[in-house]
Amino acid sequence: MTAVDDRPAAPAEAPRRRPNPVLALLRNSWRQLTSMRTALVLLFLLAVAAIPGSVLPQRGVNPEDVRDFYTAYPELAPMLDRVGAFEAFGSVWFSAIYLLLFTSLIGCITPRLRDHVRALRAAPPAVPKRLERLPQHEVLPAPAGGAAAVAETLRRRRWRVVVRGDEVSAEKGYLKETGNLIFHTSMVVVLVGVALGSWYGWHGNRLLVAGPDGVFCNTRQQYAEAKLGPRVGDDLPRFCMQLDEFDARFLPSGQPSYFNAKVTVDEYGGAPRPAEFSVNSPLRLDGANVYLLGHGYVPLIRYTDRFGNTQTSNLPFLTTGDIGLTSEGLAAFPDANVNPDTGERDPNLQVAFSGLYLPTAPQQPPFTRSEYPTEQNPLLDLIAYRGNLGLDAGIPGSVYQLDQRQVRNGRLTEIGQKQLRMGESWTLDDGTTVEFVGTGRYIVLSVRHDPGTMLLLVSSVGLVLGLMGSLFVRRRRIFVRVLPAGSADGSGYPDGGSPTGGSSLVEVAGLPRTEHPGFAAEFAQLVSAIRGDERGGEAGAGSGVEAGAGAREGAE
Amino acid sequence: MSALSDQVVSIATMVYLLAMISHAVEYALGNARAKVVAAPARELVGAAVGGGATGVTGSVGGAGSAAVTAAQTGAERTARRAELAGRIAVVMTALGAALHLVGLVTRGLAADRMPWGNMYEFVLTVSFIGAAAWLVVLVKMPSLRRLGLFLNLVMALLLATAELVLYTPIVPLVPALNSYWFIVHVSTIVFASGLFLLGVVPAMAYLMRAGYEQGKRSFPYTLAKRLPAAAGLERLTFVLHAFSFPVFTFAVIAGAIWAEAAWGRPWGWDPKETWAFISWVVYAGYLHARATPSVKRNVTAWLAILGFLTVLMNLFGVNIFFEGLHSYGGL
Ligand code: HEM
Repeated sequence: MTAVDDRPAAPAEAPRRRPNPVLALLRNSWRQLTSMRTALVLLFLLAVAAIPGSVLPQRGVNPEDVRDFYTAYPELAPMLDRVGAFEAFGSVWFSAIYLLLFTSLIGCITPRLRDHVRALRAAPPAVPKRLERLPQHEVLPAPAGGAAAVAETLRRRRWRVVVRGDEVSAEKGYLKETGNLIFHTSMVVVLVGVALGSWYGWHGNRLLVAGPDGVFCNTRQQYAEAKLGPRVGDDLPRFCMQLDEFDARFLPSGQPSYFNAKVTVDEYGGAPRPAEFSVNSPLRLDGANVYLLGHGYVPLIRYTDRFGNTQTSNLPFLTTGDIGLTSEGLAAFPDANVNPDTGERDPNLQVAFSGLYLPTAPQQPPFTRSEYPTEQNPLLDLIAYRGNLGLDAGIPGSVYQLDQRQVRNGRLTEIGQKQLRMGESWTLDDGTTVEFVGTGRYIVLSVRHDPGTMLLLVSSVGLVLGLMGSLFVRRRRIFVRVLPAGSADGSGYPDGGSPTGGSSLVEVAGLPRTEHPGFAAEFAQLVSAIRGDERGGEAGAGSGVEAGAGAREGAE
Repeated sequence: MSALSDQVVSIATMVYLLAMISHAVEYALGNARAKVVAAPARELVGAAVGGGATGVTGSVGGAGSAAVTAAQTGAERTARRAELAGRIAVVMTALGAALHLVGLVTRGLAADRMPWGNMYEFVLTVSFIGAAAWLVVLVKMPSLRRLGLFLNLVMALLLATAELVLYTPIVPLVPALNSYWFIVHVSTIVFASGLFLLGVVPAMAYLMRAGYEQGKRSFPYTLAKRLPAAAGLERLTFVLHAFSFPVFTFAVIAGAIWAEAAWGRPWGWDPKETWAFISWVVYAGYLHARATPSVKRNVTAWLAILGFLTVLMNLFGVNIFFEGLHSYGGL
């Protein structure tokens, strides 16, 4: 195993004074923490710790699933919640593992960085005494120029070369350690990018109803659900947006094939301008990106009360997740039946309709599931309620759902159910009417700002490039010694002789510093290049194969 | 075109199965020969060592030599048969891979897009990469041929699962998948997964061979009798993983870039993403462990296998068990 042989040994300074036990303990713990073994254990722990996050529902991914889990396992869920199982990737245990790992990482790369910078500036080491001990070794007639010529040959092949008298040392493949360090450093930068994003980033989701009534301006209050990093200031970038047109196309199977949202954007300080965006091509504004996440219908429901006043509800109906866009929603009229003359309101005459909207209703009942996402046979199934909607109680309720508590305690009563086609109306028992006027569209937006993404991108490039350098480059050394004429006989090379009549020989040796199965071949090529047949002719290749076959691969 | 693709894939599955059977025959014959030779070899050590059998047998005696010659010709015949079975197996594997490719191309033509829009197509492509890479390895290292038994077993299993469990009719991509980064992401994921799949073969072979070399003679280790030396298998495992890990890293990053455009965040710990992370960490652990002198090579080989299990979990398990944004699984 040579892969780690050039790792600096732990600096074993000779203890001049008596070692302080606390310091010794600290130093030992630090050495433990920054060892490869510890890194391995932590990596393994990290992999294991990520599993619960994929098995249990996560708030960040799907909060409804967490709620369902709570109802399914009312005993277990709170216990799991206490250990952060529903936010596994932000939990104490997960963070502890990766923070330890990154501490270990930094502790590991800092000394290596220092050593590598030193190695980059240092000349390759002196030629060892006994070259024949190296894995690759060959003796050949010296080329015309001696050591200088050999050095030149190596330099041309981009080796780093130093000539010391009759000896040449050369090294290549520094990029391996460089790549490795870039890779590990990039990992730290990834973490910094993630941290930046979570401190200074924010995002919010919002429904945007088409038309001028639906205009949305980017403030904190405008978001139904928003998540702001702890370092986000009070003002979000200012812009307003109106949905002008939404185009969705589908295959006969109901699978979507095309989305496009046309909007008018009014960025602070500029003139309103048209813009378009879609799935996969978000709208990139100054300081925020707008993503298209979903879409649905807004049934327009007009209610005419006892006094002849009409009001129209245009609240989005939320899709239920099926391919046919079956949607549910609520049309609430808390201000219905207010006597226009006296201004007196009867809180028990409020009206609401909970509804199911089927863009393409089946031909036969039951009318519970839409068959296709476009409006080919639109049908609105309404249940009417009258009584106290409970909106004045100050308990915030969802605008998309009826407050069922009011039904249960009898303050709100169901007064009938009816299916309406577009344009149809329904007269209730008290003579008031409700009409299904038509539909509008809405889209679901995610508005986001993440200042860390650029850093993530840059570090990702570093990650991949560094990894390639680290895994594909091999570090290796070549040593050459020009032997003075006639010395070969004494050094015990029977074949050395004096092939060119008393001229000198060179001894060439190679040392792969990391695992390098192809080193023998490379060495053979180098030898033939030094010998002078640049093209690596037959002779060179032949001896190369021999050398390769006989040589041990890798150093001791 | 779509029906043609389905048929060709079925045939390819059968061909892989036949290749596997041929490999099994090769094994069986190889072991039979080993038994026949083993008995007389104890008395006639020379026969095995010296090339000239006649000279050696002459010195031992008539009766023995006759038995040996008979055994040897019988053994040679079996050896030749084993060799033939092995060659047939390789040809079958190549034929299977060719049909496999035809199945993929026709599927892509029928759908008018790259054939990786759902899990069926995904598994089809991953396994093809594995088979093609295997053939490349085989050209470079013919001595690994016997590993084909495992490879073809895995291929037949994957294709059969794809056809029986995952099959989905052709549909175009949903808009979310219609992106360049998606193509880059999926093609590289497929490529890396195929190589990881291939990398498991020498890893398992290494474990068996290493056990065999340590003198273990119980069931799985005996299979390794004729495998190349453990050290070479181990190095091959490393080379394959060292090559596919950067590809996989790039693929995950491409996925993050695409997810940023499609969903607004590069990383959201969706189950698919989580398992990709797990695989990445496990493979990083493998490379790390291999670079750590104090970790035994057996452990690293197991890490490679564990890594592939997590890849499989992502391919199958996540689509089947969990619900996430990567809902194109088509199940
Ligand atoms: C964030 C967690 C880490 C990950 C994902 C990771 C990943 C990797 C990978 C994939 C390699 C193989 C590439 C190569 O051979 O250069 C590698 C190599 C290496 N890592 Fe890490 N690493 C992590 C943390 C650490 C830590 C904490 C240390 C120090 C203890 C460390 C030290 C090394 C060393 C010395 C090598 C080079 C091995 C060789 O000579 O080939 N790494 N790492």
